[in-house]
Amino acid sequence: MKELMIGNAAFARGLYEAGCKIVSSYPGTPSTEITECAAEYDEMYCEWAPNEKVAMEVVFGASLQGARAFCGMKHVGLNVAADPLYTMSYTGVTGGVVIAVADDPGMHSSQNEQDSRHHAIAAKVPMLEPADSEEALNFVKKAFDLSEKFDTPFIVRMCTRIAHSQSLVELSEREERENIPYEKNPQKYIMVPANAKRRHPFVEERTKALTEFAETTELNTEEYGSEELGIITSGTCYQYVKEVYGDNVSILKLGMVNPLPVERIKKFASKVKRLVVIEELDPVIENHCKAIGVSVEGKELFTCIGEFSQAYIASVMGMPAKESISIETNVPVRPPVMCAGCPHRGMYYSLKKNNCTVIGDIGCYTLGSAAPLNAMDSTLCMGASISGIHGFNKASNGESANHTVAVIGDSTFMHSGMTGLVNIAYNNSASTVIILDNSITGMTGHQQNPTTGYNIKGDPAAAVNLEALCKAIGIKRVRVVDPYDLAACDTAIKEELAVDEPSVIISRRPCMLLKYVKVKSPVVVDPEKCKGCKKCMTLGCPSISIKDKKATIDATLCVGCDVCKQLCKFDAIESEER
Amino acid sequence: MSTTSIMIVGVGGQGSLLASKLLGRLLMNEGYDVKVSEVHGMSQRGGSVVTYVRYGEKVYSPVIAKGEADFIVSFEKLEGARYVDCLKKGGKIIVNTQEVEPMPVIIGAAEYPHDILDEVQKNGADVDGIDALSMAIQAGSAKATNLVLMGRLAKYFGIEEEKWMTAIEQVVKPRFIDMNKKAFDLGFHYGE
Repeated sequence: MKELMIGNAAFARGLYEAGCKIVSSYPGTPSTEITECAAEYDEMYCEWAPNEKVAMEVVFGASLQGARAFCGMKHVGLNVAADPLYTMSYTGVTGGVVIAVADDPGMHSSQNEQDSRHHAIAAKVPMLEPADSEEALNFVKKAFDLSEKFDTPFIVRMCTRIAHSQSLVELSEREERENIPYEKNPQKYIMVPANAKRRHPFVEERTKALTEFAETTELNTEEYGSEELGIITSGTCYQYVKEVYGDNVSILKLGMVNPLPVERIKKFASKVKRLVVIEELDPVIENHCKAIGVSVEGKELFTCIGEFSQAYIASVMGMPAKESISIETNVPVRPPVMCAGCPHRGMYYSLKKNNCTVIGDIGCYTLGSAAPLNAMDSTLCMGASISGIHGFNKASNGESANHTVAVIGDSTFMHSGMTGLVNIAYNNSASTVIILDNSITGMTGHQQNPTTGYNIKGDPAAAVNLEALCKAIGIKRVRVVDPYDLAACDTAIKEELAVDEPSVIISRRPCMLLKYVKVKSPVVVDPEKCKGCKKCMTLGCPSISIKDKKATIDATLCVGCDVCKQLCKFDAIESEER
Repeated sequence: MSTTSIMIVGVGGQGSLLASKLLGRLLMNEGYDVKVSEVHGMSQRGGSVVTYVRYGEKVYSPVIAKGEADFIVSFEKLEGARYVDCLKKGGKIIVNTQEVEPMPVIIGAAEYPHDILDEVQKNGADVDGIDALSMAIQAGSAKATNLVLMGRLAKYFGIEEEKWMTAIEQVVKPRFIDMNKKAFDLGFHYGE
């Protein structure tokens, strides 16, 4: 039976068919749907972990118990999970371990454009890279077998265009597997120096064996077309190359991108007159070719920045551009915005009003950095708001503490904000932290997290009490405000910035896109009362615009949060009769 | 046969997901190789969204580049103009003439170019602008704008109407099938 599936859904199907038993992940675009789709198969235990490091350690434990296990994450998530990864490379596995890492060339939804292949090389862990949904499914199954055969975790590298592209997939049945019985094996699993010293040579031998495997495996394929031009490529770039050249060039497609074969590349090189490596991001394949003495063209032609396409490859290779239509009129950009009724808006407005310096974090609320609110000064990585404000305030000898806040979402706080807050309490800076608690992991598309009271299946679960947690960490001043109440936000900010001790403001209101949130009737503008002062426009609400010098509110977007109503000095914004 | 390329563009939240799902299903039913590509994440927050649908005997690339699209279906006027450089010369662009102001326009940093479709037409695109939103409301819900536009696309597409109906039954929730079929019909037969 054939099905049209996004790469991530096909990946999840691969987990299911391979008899994977344990799935633990933290959401991150473009990897999230792997775990969401996996959770639809009742045969696998699936969970959202608080962060990627926890997820990978859960997987380590599951493998130790003898089950096949999986964790998925975006590229920057692998940085968080790097610690267990690099040593799990030494311990190897009992039950097979597959790790998905989804790169985001072009940064559709990411803070950097790192190439995860470097992690595979540095951790000495093998990595596969599928080029469509069908391969995603098949490579996952293959990766589990190879993981157990070679005693190593396997990484399967996805990228946005594979993860979020649908193509046809052939489905098979699940192969149920018994756990491999647990046996205590300290030399393999206790990584104290004496044991790790014995494991490192094993890792090196394993890489040699995997390199041998790469020489013959069907995961890598050769297509011989013309001898004039040979192209070495992998993943989505393979599709672009085929789109441009069809069967008219020779192609070495690498389905296994770490370790890379040696003799096979030399043989392929010997059969073509010109050899070009086409890979997105960094010159990983290219550098390998050069290191083994194979002369190739690569990054002197192709950029290491952003996504490729068939048109880009064609133009670099000297083909004429396709005729296209252009217009001269400037088309205004349409950046993503905080939704109408977004609970973050009221808090950001209040921060801007108080001229706060805002150390930001990763999530929907990063959109507070955009015009017209412009209420953010930095965004680095998950959790960096809280650790960052501490350094910021210490470096100013505390002088910045009376006008600086950190903002972080509930899920990000659970991910890696807590440890930063421990640092603030322990090393005592008078920093003010605002937890923007919208009761969901928003940006990645509404995943549950440890504060929401529900698990990945939507069943009731233990919920972290943020107030109690912050107090237990040692923060004495913890208060909760409703971000729809501008006066309350203003008071809370002023009071907490004024005190000379750490404080936490929990800005609490569920994301209004959540199904259980009942939205109110839209508000309307009385054109008689409206003076056209544009005060309401400073909120950056997509439902408010100016028509004929008066504010007008789009009733199809407005959810009646009443924040704009609180701003209007002329009482021109009114709640509609229900 | 060569690959046919269709772009579906609009504003996050306008329902392009169902449109691409329907199209993918229809083309799969017809026995074609199909690729449908979209980007999730940031773009859902009211940003510009684009979905690529490609079909043929064998489809390689999941994306559509400059001058490659046979059709563009746009849920909003400005978005149609934004991606028109992807259209082949003489390619068809079906546009819902609704205007959704982007933030730079809302805050007065830019102006909405109301007459932009005239320029698009003049520069070599075959523009079919329809008020799909009104037709959707007529069919029962503003949310059915996507099906009105799919109906319009079907008119130029060369696959029988009944096969579209089968695909609608396969991808739409049972209680919304009738309304969506009505919306599709209004788009298909508009102007006849």
